[in-house]
Amino acid sequence: MSESLEAEVKTNPQGDPITSLEPEQKTNPQGDPITSVAAPKIEARKDPHAEAKRQREVTPEYMFLEAPRVREFITGSESAKEAVRRSSVDLSIAYPITPQSETMQLIGVLYGEGYVKEYYRGEEEYGVMSAIAGASRAGVRCFTATAGPGTLRGIEPIASWPGHRLPAVAMFTCRVVNAPLAIQPDNIEICYLLNCGMVLFHAENQQDLFDFLMVAFVIGEKNDVTLPVGVACDGFFVTHARGYVRMQDRGLKLPAREAWRGAVPVLDAENPPARLSRDAPVQKSNFMAYNIHAVWQQEVWAAVERSRKYIDRYMGGLLTAENVEGADVLIVASGSAAAQSREAIRLCKEKGIDVGLIKIRSLRPFPIAELRPLCAKAKLIVIPEFNYVGWLAKEVAAAIFGHSKAKIVAGPHVYGGMSMPVEMIVDEVTGGLTGKRSGNVPMSAMMGDIDQAAVAHFLQNI
Amino acid sequence: MSLDYVKFSPGFEGFMPKEYRDMVEHGPFGKKTSVSQMGSFKEILEEHPMCAGCAMTLFIRLAIIAFPNPEDTITVGTAGCGRLAISQAAIPFVYGNYGDQNGVASGLSRGLRLRFGDQPKDVVVMVGDGGMADIGFSGTLHSWFRKEKFTTIMLDNEVYGNTGGQESGMTNQGAVLKMAPLGKKFEKMDMLSMAKLAGCAYVATVVPNNPRRVENVIRKAVLIAREVGPTYIQAYTSCNIEYAIPTDKVLEDCKTVEDDRYKFSEHITEDARDYLADRYGYKEFMPKPAMAAISKA
Repeated sequence: MSESLEAEVKTNPQGDPITSLEPEQKTNPQGDPITSVAAPKIEARKDPHAEAKRQREVTPEYMFLEAPRVREFITGSESAKEAVRRSSVDLSIAYPITPQSETMQLIGVLYGEGYVKEYYRGEEEYGVMSAIAGASRAGVRCFTATAGPGTLRGIEPIASWPGHRLPAVAMFTCRVVNAPLAIQPDNIEICYLLNCGMVLFHAENQQDLFDFLMVAFVIGEKNDVTLPVGVACDGFFVTHARGYVRMQDRGLKLPAREAWRGAVPVLDAENPPARLSRDAPVQKSNFMAYNIHAVWQQEVWAAVERSRKYIDRYMGGLLTAENVEGADVLIVASGSAAAQSREAIRLCKEKGIDVGLIKIRSLRPFPIAELRPLCAKAKLIVIPEFNYVGWLAKEVAAAIFGHSKAKIVAGPHVYGGMSMPVEMIVDEVTGGLTGKRSGNVPMSAMMGDIDQAAVAHFLQNI
Repeated sequence: MSLDYVKFSPGFEGFMPKEYRDMVEHGPFGKKTSVSQMGSFKEILEEHPMCAGCAMTLFIRLAIIAFPNPEDTITVGTAGCGRLAISQAAIPFVYGNYGDQNGVASGLSRGLRLRFGDQPKDVVVMVGDGGMADIGFSGTLHSWFRKEKFTTIMLDNEVYGNTGGQESGMTNQGAVLKMAPLGKKFEKMDMLSMAKLAGCAYVATVVPNNPRRVENVIRKAVLIAREVGPTYIQAYTSCNIEYAIPTDKVLEDCKTVEDDRYKFSEHITEDARDYLADRYGYKEFMPKPAMAAISKA
């Protein structure tokens, strides 16, 4: 009987009979292979959670360093979904905002499939980030994502997660912050997140997003870290575009959060309670001694520092360096700017200029100790960014001050939804070397060993 | 539900904090206590920094005694006078951000249900009128519409007491307060109607000068929130400082306000009635025997 019923449902949406068992969906219109976008067709009577229940728990070491991987061609939102699928996430809360909506819809699909145990659409980002705080305190593993104005709407609770020592993971699919209204890519929101006390990674592409998200759950829950981890990517460029992602088998998952072993007791009434105002120096409010809050802040930032060893272990370092040895010129970049820089470096090579690339993967903690020796001998450092203010250039300049005599070009910058032609980066490299005045980067954004007279001239003429 | 697990494994008593031992040995953990026994057991809320004569503190004390399972109850609050007392209680208390309480409680109660299943972990929000009806309004209403299963209690002193006496949405029309120098220009917000509209399974008003009633409505609200739906208690908890009520007249004022705008009211859905009757043996909600049957007997 079941066979006859199955035969009935085997038609496509147009009513044509489908005879092959394998749905013919394996290429997109461009002919690229698609393997994971659509969940495999599950027969009607089967437990929709069956596949999720069959997942096998493996250690983070095996998952990140040893497990065989298969390459698929998927969007950033899909890579985030695949990361969450393998991360034993208990609870996720969604609120739509472009360009994050697709990701959180896909997490909803995972909820339907049983990979995520609890999921709902919240009222707005303040409510979502507050509820994530509540759920993380209950001891479950939490994930959410937001973007641009949503990040800023949620930033009061987000900025309090580190102080509450909540190891939730949030993804930021960066976009313009109003006003004026726009929904274009621009990663200005990262500079608001840098000083929250959370661990913060910046993904260059779909692969980074996949890897960083999974690692984020593990690092945030380490007892000597116990902090939220943010994973930022540049919206649209990463979320909506496809790229190759090497992924472990979807039958594997990370170990679940073990709240009972956490360094900070969760609020499940399974521990003898602390009277918050008398015993635990979290909330003393009107009766607070200033030194208690001061010590608490020190401890949050010390925990950010302690995450370094785990970033090294599971991600292979806070930065990557390519072709840096002996290069006079370095490009330091994060996120999509790193991707554009690779192409700029290729063009420079055609011109005979050897340029090294340092990609910053972890913004908090920031790879200060790693940058100093890498930048020590460089003559020129170009820092392209997808925002107006140049937050990365400021970080880099502060990190290597006194350790490098390089001229630092804080640019080129694109913002408000502009894309970054690679020629802009090439121009800064060639201009930086020849002394030719830049059309894109003002003299005031040139730092380090530069022509002071030219700067004075520039300042007099604005 | 069992209270059996609130006891120490032999040999481990000495390793538990003194305070927790007191709660088990002399307090309400693992056994039922009632407001009528006040003074004869160690209370969860004893010390507090509240003003002399504060009706809110009395209400919070009564409410905490009324919790059906205090050892498995987590309270959630926000800025305001109330949290200064609640955070001194010997049960967990969450203080997050301004007006985030019903969002936090949504995540907390869902997370606890994931981890503990049917074992009740009661989540109770206790916040002031400003924290709820003003800054926390959106989150509160949405948690009710989503049918989040936890209890929300408003400590309504009709003013921002903690910040020094400013008008709130729950202030009465015409009241002259800071930030309302000409008197409040719109009427007291009707949160009770909104709670009913949003689908709360149980809504009640109460004043602290009737301890038995406070105990009764809090217990009902917490029990119903376990399985039926959101519950809301709105309590008048006067601010004797900002409204200049002499300390010996605080309960008199409660009575006056009760007669004026805080008459006892109780709204309970059919589901909640049946649940209390079936699960907890509430006689008032059990089906009444038909009059004919009684007269025959």
